[in-house]
Amino acid sequence: MNFEGILAQLTAMAVALVVAPLLVGWVNMCRAWLQNRSAPSLLLPFRMLHKLFWKESIVANEATAIFRLAPYVVFGCMLLASMIIPTLSTNLPLAPAADAIALVGLFALARLFLSLAAMDIGTAFGSLGARREMLVGFLAEPAFLMVLFTASLISSSTSLATIVSSLAHRELTILPSLAFAGVAFTMISLAENARVPVDNPATHLELTMIHEALILEYSGRHLALMEWAAALKLFAYSCAGLALFFPWGIAEAYDHRAVLFALPVLLAKLAVGGFLLALIETALAKMRIFRVPEFLATAFLLGVLALLVHLLLGA
Amino acid sequence: MGAAPIEALDAILLFLVCWLVIGMAGIVALRNFAVVARVLFPASALLSIALAAFALTALPAAPQTTVLAIGLPNLPFHLRLDALSAFFLVLLGVASAGISIYAGGYFREGEGTPPGLMCLQYHGFLCGMALVLLADDAYAFMVSWELMALSSFFLVTTNHRIPEIQRAGYLYLLVAHIGALAILLCFGVLQANTGDYTFEGMRSQHLSPFWASWAFLLALFGFGAKAGILPLHIWLPEAHPAAPSPVSALMSGVMLKTAIYGILRVTFDLIDTPLWWWGMVALGLGLATALFGVIFAAVQVDMKRLLAYSSIENIGIIVMGLGLAIIFAAYKMDSLAALAMSALLYHCINHALFKSLLFLGTGSVLHATHERSLGKLGGLLRFMPWVAWTTLVGVVASAGLPPSNGFVSEWLLLQGFLFTGGLPNPYLKMLVPMFAAGLVLVAALAGYVMVKFFGVIFLGRPREERLAAAEDAGTLERLGLLWLTAGCVLFGLFPVAIIEMIDPIPYALVGRGLAQSGRIGDWLLLAPVSAERASYSPLVFFVATLAIVFLTIVVVHRFYHARVRRAPPWDCGFPQQTARMQDSAEGFGQPIRQIFEPFYRMRRELPSPFDAAPRYSVTVEDPMWSWIYLRLARAIEAVARWAGLIQRGRIAIYLLYSFVTLIALLSFTQA
Repeated sequence: MNFEGILAQLTAMAVALVVAPLLVGWVNMCRAWLQNRSAPSLLLPFRMLHKLFWKESIVANEATAIFRLAPYVVFGCMLLASMIIPTLSTNLPLAPAADAIALVGLFALARLFLSLAAMDIGTAFGSLGARREMLVGFLAEPAFLMVLFTASLISSSTSLATIVSSLAHRELTILPSLAFAGVAFTMISLAENARVPVDNPATHLELTMIHEALILEYSGRHLALMEWAAALKLFAYSCAGLALFFPWGIAEAYDHRAVLFALPVLLAKLAVGGFLLALIETALAKMRIFRVPEFLATAFLLGVLALLVHLLLGA
Repeated sequence: MGAAPIEALDAILLFLVCWLVIGMAGIVALRNFAVVARVLFPASALLSIALAAFALTALPAAPQTTVLAIGLPNLPFHLRLDALSAFFLVLLGVASAGISIYAGGYFREGEGTPPGLMCLQYHGFLCGMALVLLADDAYAFMVSWELMALSSFFLVTTNHRIPEIQRAGYLYLLVAHIGALAILLCFGVLQANTGDYTFEGMRSQHLSPFWASWAFLLALFGFGAKAGILPLHIWLPEAHPAAPSPVSALMSGVMLKTAIYGILRVTFDLIDTPLWWWGMVALGLGLATALFGVIFAAVQVDMKRLLAYSSIENIGIIVMGLGLAIIFAAYKMDSLAALAMSALLYHCINHALFKSLLFLGTGSVLHATHERSLGKLGGLLRFMPWVAWTTLVGVVASAGLPPSNGFVSEWLLLQGFLFTGGLPNPYLKMLVPMFAAGLVLVAALAGYVMVKFFGVIFLGRPREERLAAAEDAGTLERLGLLWLTAGCVLFGLFPVAIIEMIDPIPYALVGRGLAQSGRIGDWLLLAPVSAERASYSPLVFFVATLAIVFLTIVVVHRFYHARVRRAPPWDCGFPQQTARMQDSAEGFGQPIRQIFEPFYRMRRELPSPFDAAPRYSVTVEDPMWSWIYLRLARAIEAVARWAGLIQRGRIAIYLLYSFVTLIALLSFTQA
């Protein structure tokens, strides 16, 4: 591990920490525009985090150490995930420690702690949220892996850095397997990030909520960490999608100019992606919770189909 | 490592004798509880550790044989200690060390069988399993197999006065013997009319593909009955709740693995050339078993039944690995076969560690609360922190999450499924990666099951008031739990060392090892094929996560205040919430029940809106009973009725039968 590698890793971390709340702010801004409202500031998520960190944390009487530890573990997992996914360059010293499968395992670990923390206090909403979160997870996780497997088979590697560099070097043609995988990935990202057809981040209606039910009992710095972790998760998923389907512009070796160039490219790609997300959220209505398994099973089958198409056509 | 292998085998035999002596000492001190619990079981645990250590030295060494003149005249016991036996002996030693020390604290007076007798059965069980692993002829194997089956039967029926437990024990014995029959027939096929029942003789036979296939299928059936492969799994969910927890742990953690050992021994050692379609059979059965197990685990309301179904799931995963290894070995793709075999052996030892840990955890919960039903537990983390936190490690491992040991073996197996590009058969090339889709679905569902298991037992508020009086595990129990927890952590963090330990087995069985061919990475980075293709470093992963979490805590507490106020839970402002309003075990399993409805046999009783005293109940049954076993039982009854028609109960008619038979035989010999 050389100095430049460490620098690249720290840069990736700093970019993730800063850009993730900005992305959330940007999506909210776009959605407000699309819905003909006046938009909040782009920096609103930062102000929110700042406010929450200064507030006192109220912890339920019954809460155990799991409840207080979970925000840190979830935040740590999400930060590590966004450090493993190639955002600016593929030269990341931490990347060999975890490949695509371990990345999914990392998200699953965060989900486990999130769900356990929600069940910890023993409120009806907490266990409801945990159950629904695990329901989303057990279908979305394999679907995500199918997408990653398709990319792995194309580049015959499960290492994210190798996948990105080999996908970036192929000709500019649309592979049918990647097209299926792309649709599946979009559906999973919506579900995993508690976005509209599956969950609504802006609601507290008990019949519909998933993510909000999980973090209902959190306040102060714990809530801030949970919110930041959610933003990091959105950032990580977006970057994973960009790395898999639009890998162009990610610097390959640690080349200063390429990295300087990579940052504006990443921001531009995220801006477009965020706008599309806001568009989806505006155009679609939230579905009933009983329909979610069907939605996710479709994503899983699309992922399997992508794998099959690749194996059949070799493309 | 340079120790002479003779010493290893001799030492192991000495330990077995010591185990038997301990068992006998239990009989002498039949009702002296203090001696049995505080002296005999801890001593037995020390022997387990010594056994594991000696087996470990024998792993890379050359096979060692010996002949023991016990048993019938002219039929001595042939014993052999090779890499495969040594590995499973390590597994036995490591898992039983934790279980035995725990058992010292677990067994209570006045629970069925007297402690001394239990001690004899327990050590007979251990010796039986060890001898199964050492046996080098069919006779010794079957005798040890029966010793294992019978002693475990007596252990399962410890509380033999309860009719339910009698039934469970009978079912276990029945399935065990149907399996043993198939194993005997398998050996019969393998000796190929030579009458030589030593494994050495079987190795030198070259069976035709037809007979080799029969031998494989009989072995799969016979050992599958012990391992719990679909549809022979039915005894597991009955026997595990019936048995005392250390016995469940030993059966699930170790005994199921002896069946896997048997399949490996027959397939890769006694039959030397596996056929590719055996692999497909094993893959299909494995996936069906794994999916079935995990789907049923998700809807269980009894914590030990849940773990029993989870064991079925893990056996399914192991059998999938076996299928993959067979396919690769059949096509002479040695390094991939070595990868699949390493993954399956790794998963064997991982499952032994985490499932024993979970079963022991349920044992402590059972003793503290006298409750097996998940719906009446909850909130035990506050009263039993030792049990809860160690169980949490087991839960993470069982859910197959990094950086635990459960993740490593699944990761290796997925690598095996993904890179099948070299397979010459195009259909296989397409089909095999599809099993990876099934495997990840199973792994993700296992996470669901484990959140349910841990969340309902240990988190939330106690669903019954008396749970607040639950006491944490005692010292010996804690030691056992900690031993297995440490195993789960270490086996997760140092995969390369473990794979190097396993390495002589694939080298002996498929002709190549992962580490031996230099394809494993260094101590830090696990990279089974090459670092570009796939790599995983649990240690870096763990340290990085820990460092980030720690730094976050420090930074947040440094720059902001760390004030915390305790208050009643908010819960969206709803007043009057009681502990009964948390998700019950049925409630938590409801989404799975709804999604996989066609697989279950459910009886539901829903109250009408106008019921004055509404009752809701749902029972989920194993469909294999009605699909296969009840039909089989009816068919056997029908055949028996037909056979009964010739029994007239009058001596004249029986004389007539003899006469007719005699005439028929005479005319047959004439012709």
